[in-house]
Amino acid sequence: MKNLLAKDPTNVVITGVGGQGNVMASRVLAGMLVAKGFYVTIGETFGMSQRGGSVMSHLRISQKSVWSPQIPLGQADIIVALEPSEALRVISRYGNPDVVVLSNCRVVYPIGVITGDDDYPSMKKVKDIFDKLTASNRLVDATSIAMELGNPILSNIVMIGALAKTALLPIDRRAFEKEISRNVAADKRGANLAAFDAGAKMV
Amino acid sequence: MGNEAIARGALEAGVNVAAAYPGTPSSEIIENLAAVAKERNLYVEWSTNEKVAVEVAAAASFAGLRSMCVMKQNGVNVASDFLLHLTASGTRGGIVLVSCEDPGALSSVNEGESRYFARMLEIPLLEPADFQEAKDLTKWAFELSEKIHNIVMLRSVTRMSHASGNVICGKLPNRILQARFVYDGSLTDPLTGPVISTPVGVKHKLQQDKLKTAKELFEKSPFNKYIGPKKPQLLMITSSACFLYSKEAVSMLGLQKRVGILKLGCTWPLPEKLLKKYLRLTNKIMIVEEVLPFMEENIKVLAASYPKEIGVKTFYGKIDGAFPSVGELNPDMVAEALAKIMKVKYKTPPTVYAQELRKVAAVIPPRELTFCPGCPHRASFWNINAALKLDGREGFICGDIGCYAMAALNPAIGFHTVRTLHSMGSGTGLASGFAKLDMFGFNKPVVSVCGDSTFYHAVIPALINARHNKADITFVVLDNAGTAMTGFQPHPGLTLSAVGETVPAVDIGKICEAIEAKVEVSDPFDLETTTKKLNAFLAEKGKLKVLILRQICALSPEKKGKKQYEIKVNEEFCLGDECGCNRLCTRIFRCPALTWDEAKKKAVVDEVICAGCGFCAAICPQNAILKTEVAAS
Repeated sequence: MKNLLAKDPTNVVITGVGGQGNVMASRVLAGMLVAKGFYVTIGETFGMSQRGGSVMSHLRISQKSVWSPQIPLGQADIIVALEPSEALRVISRYGNPDVVVLSNCRVVYPIGVITGDDDYPSMKKVKDIFDKLTASNRLVDATSIAMELGNPILSNIVMIGALAKTALLPIDRRAFEKEISRNVAADKRGANLAAFDAGAKMV
Repeated sequence: MGNEAIARGALEAGVNVAAAYPGTPSSEIIENLAAVAKERNLYVEWSTNEKVAVEVAAAASFAGLRSMCVMKQNGVNVASDFLLHLTASGTRGGIVLVSCEDPGALSSVNEGESRYFARMLEIPLLEPADFQEAKDLTKWAFELSEKIHNIVMLRSVTRMSHASGNVICGKLPNRILQARFVYDGSLTDPLTGPVISTPVGVKHKLQQDKLKTAKELFEKSPFNKYIGPKKPQLLMITSSACFLYSKEAVSMLGLQKRVGILKLGCTWPLPEKLLKKYLRLTNKIMIVEEVLPFMEENIKVLAASYPKEIGVKTFYGKIDGAFPSVGELNPDMVAEALAKIMKVKYKTPPTVYAQELRKVAAVIPPRELTFCPGCPHRASFWNINAALKLDGREGFICGDIGCYAMAALNPAIGFHTVRTLHSMGSGTGLASGFAKLDMFGFNKPVVSVCGDSTFYHAVIPALINARHNKADITFVVLDNAGTAMTGFQPHPGLTLSAVGETVPAVDIGKICEAIEAKVEVSDPFDLETTTKKLNAFLAEKGKLKVLILRQICALSPEKKGKKQYEIKVNEEFCLGDECGCNRLCTRIFRCPALTWDEAKKKAVVDEVICAGCGFCAAICPQNAILKTEVAAS
């Protein structure tokens, strides 16, 4: 089949704070791509790192082979962030002039910021950095949308909906529907679809 | 997921019995097997600890069934005493020990290495290098074990167990086996006689012969493979996730025509003929592995035995410093080391973009690990610290293994008073020792803590020791109703088994009462009562005192997403910087949900992440934090 990827492997980082549904987002995205016949390797950190720490999933999407579960420095193609400072953290290590960033704009303050020891950059500063260091970027108010839908945890799916709409990856609503019909409890599928659609509308 | 692939491999091998103690990154293997236990007719259990897990699995093997025991690296230490006897007695049905290790200690308090156990135990060691192999190699491990009649060790790492990739599944067998334990034969016949490690001379010799058989099989195993040119300038020898890093490093540097990779799936005993064949190819040998230089040492010993056949080698690895001696590797680290030796460029010189990235790195606030919003442990350590401060004798806590170990990680946090942290159960053993130092002038009160699952795993002998030897300690059980850190696996204190059946719960309080400890129970969210009880315990000398602090984990399925209280800060009452409390709630208490409004200079609750535990209301000197009970739906 002809390669549907602009770059092989395409490297996607999904990042956020422990408890935001990072692992679920990476599983759903990978599931959609595997169903289409791609090799997807996901590298994840969870466990202790879940406890309020930064979390990251690395997805290597390829039509040819399995890749290492860790993306080399400077080689992310797409960054999906559930929290803006985590987007910056990933850009600082995996960024390059061609990277595309989609970020939730809802802040989760690190303890050091709450205690007053550290500063959190203003949203203007965050946007300036995005504009300077990415090929394109978009801030999405995913948490607010998710809360309107009844549960802030759905912000991860809002972001997946937004990602699908960018058409950077060969995924769409039908693929998402299929994926959640396999892996999400029936009573939660409606809310997930609504979150996906709401995210798609933001792009 | 690598762990799902391992579970699938076991199912394809027709595993009958699986036992484990939870530990990151291994826990999902048993969870996946438990989910299909009924359908596939398996017996699956969460055992009290890893040693018991191996014993349960071994019994199945003795009865001719296939079995598996699963643990993280530290579990192999716990199981090692039985393992050292098991490998001498030998086994019957295929039995596989899966050790999931954590290079870089992403979810551990050490980056312990269990490959050396395979050498010490004189058993075969297998290491899958991708997800397909995680399944296939697991399946083959059962066949190998049954062929040589000894346990086989399969080692995974976090980047394999907790990484995911495509796997093509094979068939599931349909064989129904009856358990049959034969023991009427001679003592020297391990297949029909009693299963014991003596006579030692006979059994040890047999054990070593088994290893020789494994080595012969390894020589032809498809799990060892070479990729690269016929005459490489450098040979990389690697295993596990490091194979994927090595492959990527070679491709990043464009060295496919100059560098070869020998990937070993069978890493102990080393397939000697195979290694000699590839070591001959070049004089530059690079060993890519994580944690300790296990392969490097073994390959060097092998190379030293055949200088005439294979020539003089230069080795690059951990011993010469080509790779760091600690922490995990990644493609960049392998590429950097390889670039240096091959004299090729690895990174382009700093550009404007790279300089900008460094500027960005400087403005990102670090995100320290912390107890979750609503975590009972934050309240428990707050309580213990309050009692120790009131007591005034500079008491301290001996810690143990679980999420609550975080109270040892940052001593700058005033109420985190954990001062020792080692293996499971060691906190109470150490406390028992500290308490006996009074005859040498040591008179600080000693508190030990452990979680509910840890209590059953390894604390009981230490507690009995404290009681019997009259050690004056206050032992606090942080009972959050499950093995929380690894994902709420049930333990002996609960009425639920691994496969969801109702089982008898073993009560922690009753066990402590049976050894005549003084036992009290309290809710850590009740600051006043808990501190009072702790104070009374600290004042009462010469006894073993047990306080069970009972409150379910905020992330547990029964509690998650359900708030007991709505929490709000009453801005009229909060005096902010003017209060004199020095921002007790936000600067000291450190709950991610209790934040600081920079504009108003007052505390504010983040309603999205607040779990509604209500403990913060008890600590505000102005009573400015209001809790309103949420009606149960």
